[in-house]
Amino acid sequence: MIPASFDYVAPTTVAEALAALAEHGDEAKVLAGGQSLLPILRMRLNTPGVVVDLGRIPELQGISEEGDSIVIGAMTPYAAVLASEAVSSHAGLLSKAVATVADPQIRHRGTVGGALVHADPAGDVGAPVLALGAELVIAGAGGQTRTVAAADFFEDLFTTAVGEGELLTQVRIPKHTGWGSHYEKFVRVSHQWSIVAVAAAVRVEGGSIAEARVALTNMGATPLRAKAVEEALVGQAPTDEAVRAAVARVAEGTNPPSDLNGAADYRRHLATVLTRRAVLAAAGA
Amino acid sequence: MTITEDAPTATGGNGTGEVGKARRRKEDQRLITGRTRWTDNITLPGMLHIAMVRSPYAHARITGIDTSAAKAARNVVGVFTGDDLKDIQGVNANAWPITPDQVTPNHLPMAVDRVACAGEIVACVVARSAAEARDAAELVDVDYEELPAVLDMKEALTDENLAHPDLGTNKSAFWKLDSKEAGTGGDVDEAIAKAREDGVVIEREYRQQRLIPAFMEPRSVVVDPTGEQITMWSATQVPHILRFLLAATTGVSESKIRVIAPDVGGGFGGKLQTTPEEFIAFAVGRQLGKPVKYTETRSESLLSGHHGRDQWQKLTLSATKDGTVTGFNVELLADLGAYVALVGGGVPVLGAWMFNSIYKFPAYRFSVQTILTNKTWVDAYRGAGRPEATYGIERMMDELANELGMDPLEVREKNWITHEEFPFTTVAGMTYDSGNYEAATARARELFGYDELRAEQRRRRESNDPVQLGIGVSTFTEMCGLAPSRVLGSLNYGAGGWEHAHIRMLPTGKVEVVTGTSPHGQGHETAWSQIVADRLGVPFEDIEVLHGDTQISHKGLDTYGSRSLVVGGEALVLAADKVVEKAKVIAAHMLEASADDLEFSGGRFGVKGTDKGLGIGEIATACFAAHNLPEGIEPGLDSEATYDPVNFSFPHGTHLCAMEVDTETGATKMRSYVAVDDVGVIINPLIVAGQEHGGLVQGIAQALWEGAEFDENGTLVTGSFVDYTLPTAADTISFVTDHTVSPSTTNTLGTKGVGEAGTIASTPAVVNAIVDAVRHLGVDDVPMPCTPERVWRAVQSGGADRQVESAGDAQPHFGAAAPNQDTPETEGGAQ
Repeated sequence: MIPASFDYVAPTTVAEALAALAEHGDEAKVLAGGQSLLPILRMRLNTPGVVVDLGRIPELQGISEEGDSIVIGAMTPYAAVLASEAVSSHAGLLSKAVATVADPQIRHRGTVGGALVHADPAGDVGAPVLALGAELVIAGAGGQTRTVAAADFFEDLFTTAVGEGELLTQVRIPKHTGWGSHYEKFVRVSHQWSIVAVAAAVRVEGGSIAEARVALTNMGATPLRAKAVEEALVGQAPTDEAVRAAVARVAEGTNPPSDLNGAADYRRHLATVLTRRAVLAAAGA
Repeated sequence: MTITEDAPTATGGNGTGEVGKARRRKEDQRLITGRTRWTDNITLPGMLHIAMVRSPYAHARITGIDTSAAKAARNVVGVFTGDDLKDIQGVNANAWPITPDQVTPNHLPMAVDRVACAGEIVACVVARSAAEARDAAELVDVDYEELPAVLDMKEALTDENLAHPDLGTNKSAFWKLDSKEAGTGGDVDEAIAKAREDGVVIEREYRQQRLIPAFMEPRSVVVDPTGEQITMWSATQVPHILRFLLAATTGVSESKIRVIAPDVGGGFGGKLQTTPEEFIAFAVGRQLGKPVKYTETRSESLLSGHHGRDQWQKLTLSATKDGTVTGFNVELLADLGAYVALVGGGVPVLGAWMFNSIYKFPAYRFSVQTILTNKTWVDAYRGAGRPEATYGIERMMDELANELGMDPLEVREKNWITHEEFPFTTVAGMTYDSGNYEAATARARELFGYDELRAEQRRRRESNDPVQLGIGVSTFTEMCGLAPSRVLGSLNYGAGGWEHAHIRMLPTGKVEVVTGTSPHGQGHETAWSQIVADRLGVPFEDIEVLHGDTQISHKGLDTYGSRSLVVGGEALVLAADKVVEKAKVIAAHMLEASADDLEFSGGRFGVKGTDKGLGIGEIATACFAAHNLPEGIEPGLDSEATYDPVNFSFPHGTHLCAMEVDTETGATKMRSYVAVDDVGVIINPLIVAGQEHGGLVQGIAQALWEGAEFDENGTLVTGSFVDYTLPTAADTISFVTDHTVSPSTTNTLGTKGVGEAGTIASTPAVVNAIVDAVRHLGVDDVPMPCTPERVWRAVQSGGADRQVESAGDAQPHFGAAAPNQDTPETEGGAQ
């Protein structure tokens, strides 16, 4: 398939990229890893006038530790996240979610920031970022940056706090050292988008759950944090019975899609089962 | 390990021992690295590129086409509509009208005034580059007046809306085989009536969902009209049939057409079609007098390449209370889509001889009503009629076993043909050549650990384990080696079923083998070399197999229906034997010996009792020089042979599958799979294993993953690989495969065909296993594909919720809700 014709810009700094976005306005589309954008262009579902490729901007790449945070450059590919000991030690939930994304080829191309800004509700990065309470750093025209909490980042289907002319530059994840985590993903074939997935991280202390973080993938227009479940889990022993009771209402208030992979009621049921499994696995039970 | 019941028949072994050797495929290096001639790799001087304009509507009248903007676009050379091409484009023919009164819509490659399915071509743009052609295609403005679309085959039967209003009906043909009328068995109605009184009657309705062949290489065609002949390269399985039909329907002399199928990347039946795209490229190339190329996108391939399966099966099986089947009545509805494809109507008919499978049913009736709808056309897909039949009967045998409280293997054994009974003429009138169902089943049972898994199943049921275990059985046979020409003639099929081979001994002693079969991934170059090496006693490496070009391989009927080895291989044997026969006369002359005193072994003619002799290569050289040939012998050492089979061959096998079913989520997981196949004598075990493993995955995919789904407007929802969930190696397990060998008695090599076996056998094995896992929860069926949701709903409802048809409002993943597309707010909810 051949996309419609477009102009191509490949800036080498964030400042240049922002300038290009400012120049071209809503004619411009940002290219990160291209794993969603390219199929969309090739199917001609979108015909931007200009594609701004972020692939040659070194400052958007890489993973570092800054105090209590793990900082991931927006253009860091999944494969680098997966290989990072800092991420697996301090934000293990993200490693586990990223490990389930598609296949190795896509994990070497697709980027964490690209996935977050694309905000496909079936994507696997949103839920762990939300569960771990990450902060998203957004650069705007003129170079000033602002920081948005993950809870405020996802606005709607394919819509985030990143506005026109802005770029996501960093994901800052508070360290969750010593937490257990699990990403329970439900798919029919291995390379598929999540039908439903559940991201869970727990800190077990003295045989009971001291803290819990739970977020859902593809149970609504955006990733959803299951705060009531998190609260209900605190103080519980990580047993099947206790966790089953604590997560029973996880699907309340969700609005999952209905499609060939499952109707909404089935997805609600799945969310309940998968949350129990995710929490138990995170707790090492 | 391989169990050989009888010693394989002599394979003409000449001391090289090639037949039976697990050789790696000689063609693979170039195929895998892509350093070869795929059609899309072909670039000719001055070549132009075609982009198609396709209908977004399932059924519509074309009220106007404005091509002016497209014609004015950069580097556009021409824009053609159906009106422009109507006198030269030919017709997409149906080669197998199954009844004399079959209703067959006229299928023009490019629609002229009406489209009957989404994806039908209404115009094409020709430009200097593929990108410019695609861009200009977007500028063609077509006005449509939408017509009511017929999308459901059961609704189509009412003729309330018509897929083709001019035809007056959606019913294409009704075809029937009744054992009582044919004199091959008893009265099925009587058998069922009797069983209702004192036996058991099982009645079920099964859905064979629509599948997409999804070959690896998208279809591509290049037409070069600039030489003496018009040359067409095409990613096709059927270059010979394509050449014939191009000539027959366009009026161009057959001698002026050369068709080449270069290396072709898979087909699975999906490339046995003669396609609208090929005919349009042929017409456009002729019209412009320049080389043209068209290569489809994957989306175009999934939408407009023919689909497979798509049947409703209403099945009634009667039996005595001890499990002896007394009658089987099969009533099929088959959706042909918008047009009767090349052999589209005939595919379900092939099931007529297969629903009775390996069993001795005393009474049998098969009928099929073929139906036209406004969906993509349907034709052969790996197995073509036999997977559908095998599914129906093997599901029913499990249902019968359950009804009677018998083991599913036991109920099969009670009804199958025993090995002493071959050759056996079935209730459908076919004579099975050979087989040993007992041996294959015993071996499969042992490899599978049948009794241990049954014990585990009991334990899981007793402990109410959330993950239940099921065991599925599929004992199958199939018919290969299409086909005896007489039989095809009696069925009103438009061609014969013979195959042709040509062997040329070159002056240097090397060998060129020309085959009329047309490989597209099967490994013919390797297997054919092994056969000829053995037959002529020449090294494997000295043999080159040529194929797929009507100028080189001037006679042939191509590759489909597991025919290449069984029919084409036999032609090779005949041709090789002719070479040896001629060489022997020359050898006798050169050695000054009597031909009766010569023995041919290891590629050498030796004079018995002496050390005198001549190699076949030396004779080839002598034949080239022709200095000293016997009186009346022509120079050159080569031969041609055409083989018309006397019967089909009937491979069989026993497949056992264990599936774990997570009753909480409906997820299914394959635990183990054992396939013991009997494909007759094996030429190359490695190639056979490849066919078996690939075939298994394709059949398992029908059971678990694949299904072509249309929305209520007739748009294909599963229009990309994001939504058409094709499995990968990551989704499958390692299969255990083994063989028994019952050589075919109808050909010299004793081979039976293996191209489709795995696909035919595995689908019911998997579904039987899933149903077996949750039968105690009230479930007696899960429609295919057995998605987790369907399994879960079946378990939740105790079998009441069948969920056969999918939601009509489903959206593709990258579809209407993709970001920033034109109208996000109208379709926002679904993804």
